[in-house]
Amino acid sequence: MTTQTTQEPEQPALTGGGGGVRAERLFSLWTLATGLLVLAILALILITTTNEAWPVLRAGGFRFITERTWDPNPQTGDAVFGALSFMYGTAVSSLIALLIAVPISVGIALFLTELAPRRLGAPAVTIIDLLASVPSVVFGLWGVLVVAPALVHVYRWLNDVLGGIPLLGDVFGVPVGTGRSFMTAGVILAIMITPIITSISREVLSTVPQANKDAAYAVGATHWEMITGAVFPHSFAGLVGAVMLGLGRAMGETIAVALVIGGATAITPNIFAGGNTMAAIIVQQFGESTGLFTAALIGLGVVLFAMTIVVNLAARVVVNRAELRMRGAAG
Amino acid sequence: MNRKLLSRLLLVGVALAMLAGCGGGNGGTSGNNNQSGGSDLSNLSGELKASGASFPDAYYQEVVSAFKEKAPNANVTYNAVGSGTGKKEFGQGLTDFAGSDSLVKDSDGVAAGSFLYVPTVAAPITVSYNLSGVDKLQLSADTVAKIFQTDIKKWNDPAIAADNPGVTLPDKDITVAHRSDGSGTTNNFTRFLKAAAPSSWKLGSGDTVAWPSGTQGGEKNTGVAQIIQQSDGGIGYVDLSDATESKLAFASIKNKDGQFVQPTLEAAAAALEGAELADDLTYNPLNAAGAASYPITSPTYLLIKSRYDDPTKATLVKAFVRYVLTDGQALAKEVNFAALPSSLQQKALAQLDKVQS
Repeated sequence: MTTQTTQEPEQPALTGGGGGVRAERLFSLWTLATGLLVLAILALILITTTNEAWPVLRAGGFRFITERTWDPNPQTGDAVFGALSFMYGTAVSSLIALLIAVPISVGIALFLTELAPRRLGAPAVTIIDLLASVPSVVFGLWGVLVVAPALVHVYRWLNDVLGGIPLLGDVFGVPVGTGRSFMTAGVILAIMITPIITSISREVLSTVPQANKDAAYAVGATHWEMITGAVFPHSFAGLVGAVMLGLGRAMGETIAVALVIGGATAITPNIFAGGNTMAAIIVQQFGESTGLFTAALIGLGVVLFAMTIVVNLAARVVVNRAELRMRGAAG
Repeated sequence: MNRKLLSRLLLVGVALAMLAGCGGGNGGTSGNNNQSGGSDLSNLSGELKASGASFPDAYYQEVVSAFKEKAPNANVTYNAVGSGTGKKEFGQGLTDFAGSDSLVKDSDGVAAGSFLYVPTVAAPITVSYNLSGVDKLQLSADTVAKIFQTDIKKWNDPAIAADNPGVTLPDKDITVAHRSDGSGTTNNFTRFLKAAAPSSWKLGSGDTVAWPSGTQGGEKNTGVAQIIQQSDGGIGYVDLSDATESKLAFASIKNKDGQFVQPTLEAAAAALEGAELADDLTYNPLNAAGAASYPITSPTYLLIKSRYDDPTKATLVKAFVRYVLTDGQALAKEVNFAALPSSLQQKALAQLDKVQS
């Protein structure tokens, strides 16, 4: 690509009197501007939201992210705003979603690229992409009307079986009667992010050169050994990218989570109990908020933004390390 | 050719006759209106925008469409965006009047003295429950407070049993449902608990309070009703209109006089009679005196400006609010709201005379 674009202007420059050079300048300016625009918008969002949230950040300081109480109208004293319970809810529901969605998505993607006959592959891809286009409120309504009441029975059974075991018993605790919980939110999120992860993983996996695979087969690898030895190392960075996009959507998902997570301010290891996430509480309470309360909700937005950036940076570090290691192994 | 001309002439004749008839009709009706002395609703025209509380939304929509029939050229819209947002938009001058369940605070963005309260209707907030095998439940304010604080976790708790002699209560977990969004309903419900169960209730009062972690939040009244419906052992606070719609069972609540009263419109009206009225026409029917009063009765107000710069706007606002307070009161019952007692109604109408333009 780059060699083409640098060579091209020489041709018209011989005949067309430098018009091509101007176009080239314009083109590079345009792309530079659009690139900078993205950065500018990001910075603007961060600056203005932090500014709006400043009253609560100044009043609470670090306590805003270490305090678990969220009480706009306490019996006595001033309002207390702590983001910790909602940070916990965002983290737990997204983690559950990833634990469910990643194996499924990568499995589907591997099946479609490596195993499925072409006849089956194309319609399967269409259907999965269709799943990605379902609006999130539909997932939320389905979750609250169908999935949550149905899953309660599964939760009860899991609690009966695992409830007595020390550590597991805390995680698989007594479920709430409606089924609206961290777990249900995780399941709904998993369904929502599966199409994204699948679709990108499939693209990534299909870029593995046939030569690499053939080489693995040539040294006597089985199908599974070929996938772990040739496909995964080549596409690791891309797969992590796919998972990160899914995680981004899970952390930011608002309305579906607001409907199914139960709307309780809680930090509990019990994944069958109700909780709340940052995105959900913002949409629930923003309308009726005033003053410091509004600032606190915007503050949650800033924390969510920061959390997303940290997670993405961490992913970049993981990818860089892994690539170094694999390159080392290859060399 | 001839035939065509004839038919055209005939058409013109018919049209003229119809026009004449219409004109006569119009003259007649307007004459009637003048005779009856009522304001000319049919002559009103213009736009009124309002927003605010979702609690009385069903009633206001009913009144707005009835008003539209009387005054076809006047357009009134009411958006149920919630009391807080309603007050904010009213304060910014985006709307001509606002609906609110709660009183105006300094932080709401409406300047004190720039507006008037007009009470419109009232409605009971039910404590609805879903408990198979129990179709009659009585609760005192202290018990309600302990249930919603999750101090009481089981339905067969001695405190509930003490309120319900002779009723067999199952050994079931209680699922508490509350509003996840900020709400005037939450505000009035918690204010009731604060007033009626001061020693038990520790969560304070407001549009949003810090509910304990074991509870479930639902969006709007319908969302809370849905949680109750979905869970055997569920309990929550829902306005009468939505609770009736969702076919929920209501608990009888012990009032100030020690009687257990069902949430009905009559009991709400009794609470209005028992409530003390302030000079600015705000009143508090929560935990009102009177043997027949339902103690969790929520008031709701329209906020109108005390001065409208545009005289036609002032006329229109006055006409609409007057309609709400007179003919509109008869519609309240149909949508499960209690009309104002006549003494309060007269005082509310008197507020309109204070509006300047």
